[in-house]
Amino acid sequence: MPFTSNRTPAVPTPASAATPAAPATASPALTIRNLTVSFGTNKVLKGVSLDIAARAVTAIIGPSGCGKSTFLRALNRLHELVPEARMEGDIRLFGEDIYGAAVEPVVVRRRVGMVFQKSNPFPTMSIADNVTVGLRLNGLRNRTLLAERTEQSLRMAALWDEVKDRLNAPAISLSGGQQQRLCIARALAVKPEVLLMDEPASALDPLATAKIEDLILELKRDFTIVIVTHNMQQAARISDLTAFFYLGELIEYNTTTKIFTNPAKKQTEDYVTGRFG
Amino acid sequence: MAMAESDPNVAGTIPRALAGRRFGDRAFKWFTLLMALTVFVLIVLIGCELADGSHLALRQFGWRFLVSSEWDPVSEQFGALPFVFGTLVSSAIGLIIAVPLSIATAVYLTELAPQWLRQPLTIFIELLAAVPSVILGLWGIFVMVPWLRVHLFPWLKGAFGFLPLFQGPIYGLSMLAGGIIIAIMVLPIITSMSREILRSVPGLQREAAYALGATRWEVTRIAVLSYAKKGLFGAVILGLGRALGETMAVTMVIGNNTQIAASLFAPGNTLASAIANQFAEATGDVYLSALFELGLVLLGVTVLVNAFAQLILKTFAGPSVTPQN
Amino acid sequence: MTAPNHRRRRFKNALMQVFTCVCAVLVTLPLFLVFFYLLKSGIGAVNGHFFTQLPAPPGETGGGMANAIVGTFELLGLAALVGVPVGVLGGVFLSEYGHSRLNWWVRFAADVLNGVPSIIWGMVVYGLIVRHGLGLNLFGAQVGLIDRGYSAWAGGLVLGLMMIPLIMRTSEEVLRLVPNGYREAALALGIAQWRTVVQIVVRTALKGIITGILLALARVAGETAPLIFTAFGNQFWNRSLADPIAALPLQIYYYAIGPYEDWHRQAWAGALVLLLLITVINVSVRVLTRDRFSQRHS
Repeated sequence: MPFTSNRTPAVPTPASAATPAAPATASPALTIRNLTVSFGTNKVLKGVSLDIAARAVTAIIGPSGCGKSTFLRALNRLHELVPEARMEGDIRLFGEDIYGAAVEPVVVRRRVGMVFQKSNPFPTMSIADNVTVGLRLNGLRNRTLLAERTEQSLRMAALWDEVKDRLNAPAISLSGGQQQRLCIARALAVKPEVLLMDEPASALDPLATAKIEDLILELKRDFTIVIVTHNMQQAARISDLTAFFYLGELIEYNTTTKIFTNPAKKQTEDYVTGRFG
Repeated sequence: MAMAESDPNVAGTIPRALAGRRFGDRAFKWFTLLMALTVFVLIVLIGCELADGSHLALRQFGWRFLVSSEWDPVSEQFGALPFVFGTLVSSAIGLIIAVPLSIATAVYLTELAPQWLRQPLTIFIELLAAVPSVILGLWGIFVMVPWLRVHLFPWLKGAFGFLPLFQGPIYGLSMLAGGIIIAIMVLPIITSMSREILRSVPGLQREAAYALGATRWEVTRIAVLSYAKKGLFGAVILGLGRALGETMAVTMVIGNNTQIAASLFAPGNTLASAIANQFAEATGDVYLSALFELGLVLLGVTVLVNAFAQLILKTFAGPSVTPQN
Repeated sequence: MTAPNHRRRRFKNALMQVFTCVCAVLVTLPLFLVFFYLLKSGIGAVNGHFFTQLPAPPGETGGGMANAIVGTFELLGLAALVGVPVGVLGGVFLSEYGHSRLNWWVRFAADVLNGVPSIIWGMVVYGLIVRHGLGLNLFGAQVGLIDRGYSAWAGGLVLGLMMIPLIMRTSEEVLRLVPNGYREAALALGIAQWRTVVQIVVRTALKGIITGILLALARVAGETAPLIFTAFGNQFWNRSLADPIAALPLQIYYYAIGPYEDWHRQAWAGALVLLLLITVINVSVRVLTRDRFSQRHS
């Protein structure tokens, strides 16, 4: 899996003028301009521009294959794991270009964490080791600090009370919902500024999903959250802003209330009312 | 950066500046690359060492080495023909015995055997593959060869004595005994390779044949064997590669007599057995060099055969195993 | 479909079932015969002396193979020092990095190397070390690494070189089985790629890698031909790794082709011990892998 940063500098194109206006945010956590990502000859994202508000939940919705996941992965350069991936455009994290020539993807990812669709705690490690792995493998050795951070992260992920007596048990002994909250705790432990969530509840039962949703509402007080979901009720319940993607393009971006009650575009309306396709 | 630092969550203990070096990543990648490339280094090393060891003989005998049947350490005249002959004959005997048995066993294991029997049978075959050559040779000297001398060889002589292959005195240690021990060595290799290949035949192939009302054997013949033909051929060639280079067990039962005899009852020698057997007594430089040249011939033949087998198997395995070029 | 035709087809089906079954029996028969005779002829000589004493001088009865047993483990240890790091890291390259065309050639070369007869490996290390000794010419100054002559170093090296392609291929295969989700998760935590590979990917596949290493050790533990040219064998304890060293397979070979009845008895005993060692490794590997699969399913 070679890292290849095939990136051409952003060229302002007339098309950018036509992209939907973002809702006004005072100081966006992420500003994305003219983002185009292609895998080989397949263009997955076409000139997407939007601002992600800090300390808010932004939901990305759209039918399968609309580029939601790719968009999310471009935000922490994880799409670079695919050898033939190419990106164009400009993404800034609090004003810093994350694709700058001297920028290490590793550091971008420390500041922009991610939680995946399928919970993936490391099978060879205990619960506590899973939480601290990001810190330990980045050179943090202080045991007190690690223990502190473990409790803090597990508390933030609302998992502490369930696991505090068995921190050394293997992580894979947890239930599916607990595993996913453990993955969230693991991502929080490195103190990211932005947390990306790729359909974090799609593999969970309704009860576990409810817990994750409560958690997200809790976390937005401290973090900027971008969540991809195919569940529109979920998007409506937890997000402040919603972006609707279709065939690699950003169709509409606005407050969640506006998107779900009074969308500006016909396609958005069809999708959120379930009349799509 | 100012923005990031004003954020209370960024009070981290690990570096957060976006710019940095990726020395560790690069160094590790290059180091693993170096390790992977050792396989090419080893191939070159093998070729160079054998060529270096045999340069005396190469210079002295040239191409005649391959076609001369004289092997006289006293007058320092060396030719590889008896050993090439012995290698080919013993491998041929081995494959004639092993191929039908192995493929039939692989068919039984994947298609016809009851489910409960497949696992233990497979384990037995893998264990047989793990038996060291020297142990099989020991068993060959003290159990197999006496049995052959008393039972099988006299019977063969009686039944097929009209053929030059089965004439002459019976010693026990013989080309035929060498061939049989080679068969035992390559049986598990061809069987497990063939089994893998038959297992890789898509289930759809079988279902289609079953849907036509075919019996189990018919399904095997029509859907499985015809589909897997090329892969099975690859397995056989792989077995041939192993047979050609088999050393210890063969050395112990073939009789180590440097001659070209029509009779399979006569003792013989192979390239590998000659090297193993005569190495300790090779005192002269030319003698040692000639043994190295035997090694060079053996290397050339086995590498060609193996490369051929791998190419067949890799193309058979299809896109799931072979990476796209 | 007429009735007689049907009957003939059924008959042929049954016939082939029986035929292939008989073939399967014939293929496994040698295994049982070898085990039977090893037990029958070898068990009598496997006693305390066998494990604790040096070989008796030629013609005398008694003695044991203590030095050969220890020697085999020493050689396997040296071989692991060479084969494990190179093989595992090469496997890491094939699975985690690389370029598909280069990887194809590396795999191809490794597979071809696996088919090189073991006796050839012996000759190569003989030429490389035993005949001339291994040294480096550093700015005109000759630095000797390994002295010429038969030695444990040479024996360990030859077995280690033979292990490289074996371990490389099995390591690659088990590393590829590690789900990509673990790599992504680790990288998303801002963990450097090489640390991700070493501490997450390799660690997850560790049981499989160890399995591959053990199988490779079991495979070279019985090698005889390459040791004739390198370790050579020794009737006494090996005092230095720069001296010739005894090994079980070598001792079995020398005793089997020797003239004395007592040697033959000891050869059987040695063969029994060697085969048990190899079988134990093979069976424990099976237990290890079963464990691995059950863990993956949970």
